[in-house]
Amino acid sequence: MVDETFSAMTRSIVDGAPDTAAVLAQNALRDGIAPLDAIKLGFVPGMHYVGEQFALRTMFLPDMMASAEAMRAAMGVLEKELTKSGASRPSEGVVVLGTVKGDIHAIGKALVGTILTAHGFRVYDLGVDVSPDKFAMQARELQADIVGLSALLTTTMKQQRTVVETLEREGMRAHVKVMVGGAPVTRAWAEEIGADGFGKDAISALAVARALLNGKLIIAAGQP
Amino acid sequence: MRPKLELLDQTLLKRIEVEAFQLLTAPGVRIAPCADELLSEAGATVVDGVAHIPENLARKCLASAPSEFQLFSRDGQPAVHYGGDDVHFDPGSSCLNILDRETGQARPALASDLVRLVQVTEMLPEYTAQSTAVICNDAPQDVGDWYRLLLVLLHSAKPVVTGAFSAPGLRTMLDLLTMDAGGEEALRNKPRAVFDVCPSPPLNWSEFASQNLIDLARAGVPAEIISMPMAGATAPVTLAGSVVQHAAECISGIVIHQLAGPGAPVVWGGAPSIFDMSTGMTPMGSIETAMLDVACSQVGKHFGLPTHGYLGSSDGKPIDAQGGMESGISTVLGTLAGINMISGAGMLDFLACQSVEKLVLDAETIASAQRLIRGIEPRGESLAIAMFDQTGLSGNFLKLKETRALFRAEQHFPSRVIDRGGLESGDDIHTRLRQRTDELLAAYRHSAMAPERQEALLDFARKEGGKVGLAGLPGIARDEIPAQS
Repeated sequence: MVDETFSAMTRSIVDGAPDTAAVLAQNALRDGIAPLDAIKLGFVPGMHYVGEQFALRTMFLPDMMASAEAMRAAMGVLEKELTKSGASRPSEGVVVLGTVKGDIHAIGKALVGTILTAHGFRVYDLGVDVSPDKFAMQARELQADIVGLSALLTTTMKQQRTVVETLEREGMRAHVKVMVGGAPVTRAWAEEIGADGFGKDAISALAVARALLNGKLIIAAGQP
Repeated sequence: MRPKLELLDQTLLKRIEVEAFQLLTAPGVRIAPCADELLSEAGATVVDGVAHIPENLARKCLASAPSEFQLFSRDGQPAVHYGGDDVHFDPGSSCLNILDRETGQARPALASDLVRLVQVTEMLPEYTAQSTAVICNDAPQDVGDWYRLLLVLLHSAKPVVTGAFSAPGLRTMLDLLTMDAGGEEALRNKPRAVFDVCPSPPLNWSEFASQNLIDLARAGVPAEIISMPMAGATAPVTLAGSVVQHAAECISGIVIHQLAGPGAPVVWGGAPSIFDMSTGMTPMGSIETAMLDVACSQVGKHFGLPTHGYLGSSDGKPIDAQGGMESGISTVLGTLAGINMISGAGMLDFLACQSVEKLVLDAETIASAQRLIRGIEPRGESLAIAMFDQTGLSGNFLKLKETRALFRAEQHFPSRVIDRGGLESGDDIHTRLRQRTDELLAAYRHSAMAPERQEALLDFARKEGGKVGLAGLPGIARDEIPAQS
């Protein structure tokens, strides 16, 4: 019975059905299923499946967005209960995310934010056209583990370097990892500006973020 | 008959037009404060930075925009005709990286790379215009936009497709062009450059883009609107829906532009693409991207405007079969569509990398595409009979005087880059491209600038560059600038 409930939860994520996911979460609480079990055994496996299918090109970004939406709906219900009981969902890490100064492109950053959120990161999205100082200030305030910098334009990606320099100047580089992304951004560029991680797309950003928090340096380890 | 490609039938074209005008009234277009007064006074309603543009105002501005104009070479000759179904090509622009010919890997581009690109472009007749093709990473960020233009002006006599990175950047670039032309009136009468101005999808004219439109219109220097709907991400997923958005972005830009300078030249242009749902990338070499360009251009032609598109690039990283396929297909389609200016040649890796050798390869594609649109023509009174009267069934057409008289008009002769047999060595395409590039660079000549004008440009560059820490003039060695002969 409980197994069926968990597989229905998984299904709701795979289907990208936020209403169903929220109802299943509420039912779980009503039936006395531990919120963390619902998350770990019910909803998260759905997100993992979607990630796998995405890599196989049988599911695509719109499917992924819908699944993340469903995940958010379920978590909205379950996290309230977790907070009440004094527990909190173990976060994979705190990420401060934004599109750099002079650049107003939101889509890549939004994808990364969605996917990281769906996989348990606490993501603070600072929006677009974010100044280096704001990145530094927010990262300090929120005790971020990772600062994520998005740039779509060849003309604005240089701002990523400025943010890295600002974090250095503020004496924060030892405590916060920097990951960069965006259409013109390359691994070589990430290396050149002293970023810790580079994701060529939103999915690889997840692997990068996880590896960064395990203390691995992606660039050093993953250089082809 | 000149072959022509259109993808929209009249019914669909009409629906696109109707919906584009609808978008301009609701939800309207986000505009910057600098355009607020222009639009309000002309009859648009501006609320919270969003302009609602009535169809009659939009149509009035579309009507005041010229249907054609010329760009001029440095010596004042008309060199690029924007209008009708004329097709021109320029290299893709504003790239950060260059494909290093020694390593075959992308690396940050330097001023010397831009100079080489300009020199090769100057020597290839397939490119009737230059572009400010790469960002010079050895120059400070603050001179990024105008320093590229300076290098092009010094090393080329062809027209230039360019663009500013900021409102002050545009003013510096207009100063350079004014010096190059010999005064503001000269620049207005015989503009040598066209400036790309980009709305942000969807339907958003930023402060800098709005100001660029206004400044260009007032200076009488052509503006080229580069609308970039990303189908499925920042624009409707359907190609037709993205064409609607492209039209609304272009029309709104033209409204701002024409209100600032009625009759000033402006181009219906863009770099639309699809958003790849498996990678989140914007494949510029995809067939759908080419379809968007063809359709968007058709809409521009419907409004009687000069058009631009972004084709001929490849998303692969090296110069390879994928590059040949993608650049080949999109160049042919854009040419068949009669897009007036097609930017993108030389580009690889989602417009992240420019390559001199790919530019040389793309020139071959362009030449073939240009042969295609010359079409199949009857030559002489009979098509074949008169020639058969002479040869009978002997099959000996090679000796006919008609053969000798007509073969040059019938056949296009590619350079040795293309393997048509007869290559003495077994050199591969990469070697052949490098050889051809070296030949072009060795043959590089252009009509040099008057020395006093050149000095004025260099003095200006030192002065402006000095303000932001430009040390020396990268890419400009005394012996690199051709002396006046």
